[in-house]
Order: sequence, then C-alpha cells, then structure tokens
Amino acid sequence: MLGEGILKGLTETARNFFGSYVDDERLTTVQYPEERLEQIEATRDFPFLVYDGEDWEKGMRCVSCQICEKECPPKCISIEKSKDKKPDATGKAQFYPAKFDIDISVCMSCQICVEVCPFDAIKMDVVYELSTEDRFGGLLLNKEQLSKSNEYYNKIHPTEAGAVDAALAAEREKARQAAAAKAAEAKPAATAVVGAAAVERDGTK
Amino acid sequence: MSVLTDTTADLLGSGAEDRSGGQLLEISMGPQHPSTHGVFRMDVTLDGEKVVKLKPVFGYLHRNHEKIAEKESYLGCMPYTDRLDYFCSITNNWAYALAVESLAGIKVPERAEYLRVITGELTRLQNHASLVGFLMQDMGASGTPLMYAFREREKILDLFEALTGARMMCNYMRFGGCRVDAPAGWMQQAQKVVDAFPRFLDEFERMLVSNEILMARTQGVGVVTTAQAVNAGFSGPMARASGVNYDLRKVDKYGIYERFAFRVPLGDHGDVYDRYMLRVLEMRESVEILKQAMRDIPAGPIMDPGTKIRGFRPKAGEAYGRIEAPKGELGFYLVSDGSGNPYRFRVRPPSLINLTLLEDMCIGQNVADIVIILGSVDIVLGEVDR
Repeated sequence: MLGEGILKGLTETARNFFGSYVDDERLTTVQYPEERLEQIEATRDFPFLVYDGEDWEKGMRCVSCQICEKECPPKCISIEKSKDKKPDATGKAQFYPAKFDIDISVCMSCQICVEVCPFDAIKMDVVYELSTEDRFGGLLLNKEQLSKSNEYYNKIHPTEAGAVDAALAAEREKARQAAAAKAAEAKPAATAVVGAAAVERDGTK
Repeated sequence: MSVLTDTTADLLGSGAEDRSGGQLLEISMGPQHPSTHGVFRMDVTLDGEKVVKLKPVFGYLHRNHEKIAEKESYLGCMPYTDRLDYFCSITNNWAYALAVESLAGIKVPERAEYLRVITGELTRLQNHASLVGFLMQDMGASGTPLMYAFREREKILDLFEALTGARMMCNYMRFGGCRVDAPAGWMQQAQKVVDAFPRFLDEFERMLVSNEILMARTQGVGVVTTAQAVNAGFSGPMARASGVNYDLRKVDKYGIYERFAFRVPLGDHGDVYDRYMLRVLEMRESVEILKQAMRDIPAGPIMDPGTKIRGFRPKAGEAYGRIEAPKGELGFYLVSDGSGNPYRFRVRPPSLINLTLLEDMCIGQNVADIVIILGSVDIVLGEVDR
C-alpha cells in the first residue's frame, strides 16, 4: 500500500516523542544555562601555568625553557626569559619567565605544550564561557592571569594531577638525597678547593 | 489566440529547441553556510528544471594546510590534520601517523593498534550516522532524522572526550602509538554505546528505509556507473555503492584489520539510494568490528618506547600512508630531507576526488536533486579545500 512506509516511520517518531516523557534514555537534551552537564575529567581547552604553594610568583614551576613556545603549532605562546635567577620550589636557582603570554584566541587546544613540557609547568584548563567585548586584549592572557594553583589542577584533573604530584615528589626526594650526599662528600672537597685557590693566588703573586 | 500565450511565447521563445539555445538560466547555488556541508558554490546552468551544466567552485575554505605543514615539526602537523575532515579527526590522525611510521620504520604496540581500530570505527559510526541525517535534512525531512542521528553521535563524542579530551579535534594518535590510554571504565562505557547502536540502526531503518518519499526522491537519481567510478578514482562508500569492490581495510590490511571478520557491502545501481543504504549497512559492519576489537584488546604499552616525539627527525626518503577513512581513501604523502619538518606534505582527500564527478551525476536531473546528490557524496569542505 502506498504510504505504508511513511506511516511506519511516523509510529517510530511517535514512540520517541511519547517515550521522552517516561524514558530518560530518550530525553537527551539539557536546558543549558540553568542545567549543566558534569565535566568530563579528560576535557581540555586552554593552557594555564601551575604554581606550587600560596604565592604564584614564588611557586611558579615554569623555568622559561621556551620549549612550548617553539613547539606550539599556531605559535600562540610568547615568552621572555628573565635575566636573573630565582629559587624555585625546591630551592634551586632557576630562570623564570619575565613575560609569559598566551593568546587564547589563536590557541587551538592541541595540548602539545603540555606534552613537551619537561617540568609539568603547563597544563590544560577546563574553563568556558570566555567571551569578551575587548577584541585585542581580552583573550591575550599574561603570566598572572595564566597562573593557577596546584590545588586547582588537582580539582579539575584529579587522576592526572595525582600522577604528576607523585612523580614530582619522587624527583624532589631524589634531588634532596643527592644534595645531602653531595653535602656530606663536599666538606673535605671544599677545603681542597680553598687550598687550590690559595695556591693559585700564590702562583699569581 | 490569447494575448497571454503570445507573451509567454515571446518570453520563452517559440519552441523548446529555441529555448535551450537562448533561454538558459544560470544560477549560483550551493551550501554557503559553514554549518551546512561547508562553504561551496556551484554554477548551475538550467533549462527549465533540468540541469545542463554544472561547475563546482571551491577554495573558500583554503587555509594552506600543506604549506603550513612544511614549516611545522612532525609533531606539530598532527593537530592540523584534525582540521581536514573535522567530522573524523581520529582517522585523519591515523593516516598521518601511518605515513610517518612508514617513513621512519616505527612499529606500533599491539594495544595501540586495537585502540586505533576501536576509535577509528567509532569515528566511522558517527560520521555515517550524521551523514544519513544530513542527507534526510537535504531532502526536506527537516530535523527529525538528523536529530536522532545526532543523539547517537553525541554518545560517541562523549566517549572521545573522555578518552582524548576533545570532542572533535581529538589529536589522539602519535607516530608509534596513541597519546593516552583508555581511562578506567572507558571500555565498559564504549561497550555499552556499541551494544546499543544496532537499536538506533533498527529504529532508523524502520523510520526511513521503506519510506515512499525517500524512494521516489533517491532511486535512479545521480547514477554513477562502475566504469565511471573507477575512471574518476572514487574510493570508499562512493565507489562501493557503484559496485566497485574496493575497501582498503581488505586490500591493504593496514594495522590489524586482517584479524577481524567483516563484510564489505556493495551497491548495484550507484544511485543516491544505494549510497544511503550502503552507509547504513557499513555501520552494522563497523559494530561487528568494534565488538571483536573490544573483546580481544590486550593489555600493554600504547607507545613505542624508541620513538622520539619531540625533535623527531626521520631519515631522508618518502612515504605514502593511506587508510580507509569514512569518506574513502585518505592518504598522506610525505617527503623527508632528514630535517625536523616535512620537505613536502601532500594530502589525498577522498571528498575532493569523490566530488569530481558531480557534473556527470547532476546533468539531466532536476534542480532539487542537486542538493541530495551533493549530500550523498559526503563532502566536508575542510578536506576538499585544505
């Protein structure tokens, strides 16, 4: 019979329509601004800089090695290396970024910066609703705007951040032990150096 | 004889023969909005309702993909490939990774191969689901079939987000494996989606396959013969709908595809209806592959430990990597001069080559048929224009 296929199709539509009142499986939409879906853990959008402790300037993990700047495919990262060194979280003197800008209107959220960073200093954020009226400066984030605490990172990506924290703690423990061993070894060596310097001074005389 | 008839005769010429000589109408049509099939234009010459000439005009979405890649590192090219066919970023990654792997002779671990098959076939499912939805939308069934298809696609995109972090621009594969392993619970979630997928296909078939309007609009429209398809270099569902038995998963057996039992559906007539049905049937086969892959996936590493991701410099040479992407044969041709970035980077996009016969498909058809013929080719302009 002509039209049978159409009728058969319409029963399917009707089943979906009435089903949406009783079956959650068929009701798949969410009333967005009022209702929000839970964030999926692996979600990424824009990069941010992680710092340890309370003070973002003191605890910043970034040592301005500029690998991410070089590897970024759309070249949205701009870094200026500092002239002097400051102690980082472990107390070792390191360079720090005098300027660290990311133009997130250029960023394509590929997370290659995260992959190549050897210091776990740059990670992906999950922020959204970022529209702004400022066309030029609004999406150009500076060092301060990019800095977010390790606690925040642990909150948004708990599994990944846990693994990073464990790896960093192990690395720091190893560095501390190595430093302690070196210090114990360095005592007699230090006198020798002083002795050598004295000899040298004598030699120049 | 009335005045009206005289005027009409003046307007149209005295007879049909003259009309085709002097009264052709040239119009510019096409999906102009990026959220339709893409930014594309066709210069169509019409004789009444019939198409006599059609000239596709593309390049509106050209973004210098191949030239940009020559300035990027091998790793930096990977996220750009996501943006070729933005519906199927994972298969694009796969083809590029395959090209780099054959350039540098990298072996991929077992588990990574399985993850590639699983994500690749999920990509095929969501691409074909949204394609049949869009085809119905083009035919005038505004909304319903498309939204049903998008409902299913959404579940697969959620899986992608949980695995790779992004819904569409996944940037998932690396030469030598995959970027991340499946998180806890992901495989069970994926299993659930795959198990529920045939229900959607049944529903979709009940809703549309025997629909009289659909049959009247699609059967015998936009026919491509087997010889034409072979001559034009068609690949993928477009070639198979015309009866060309050519599926790279069977021909090349790249990755681990020889381990899975699946059939390759073929069309008889090469019309729009065959192309539509072929995609529905292919989705069923993809579900079969997914079930086998999820059953057999081993534990183990997902990256080849010897591969350097950063500062990767393959030795000088050339390589071509190709896969059966949802739209056809997607190939990457790379020439290396031993430096950190490709010397030459060329993409063989299936959409562009499947689009070359558009004029032959459309000539003699009605204006309204152009839209569904274009819809059945399954183009994404990100890939056509690059």
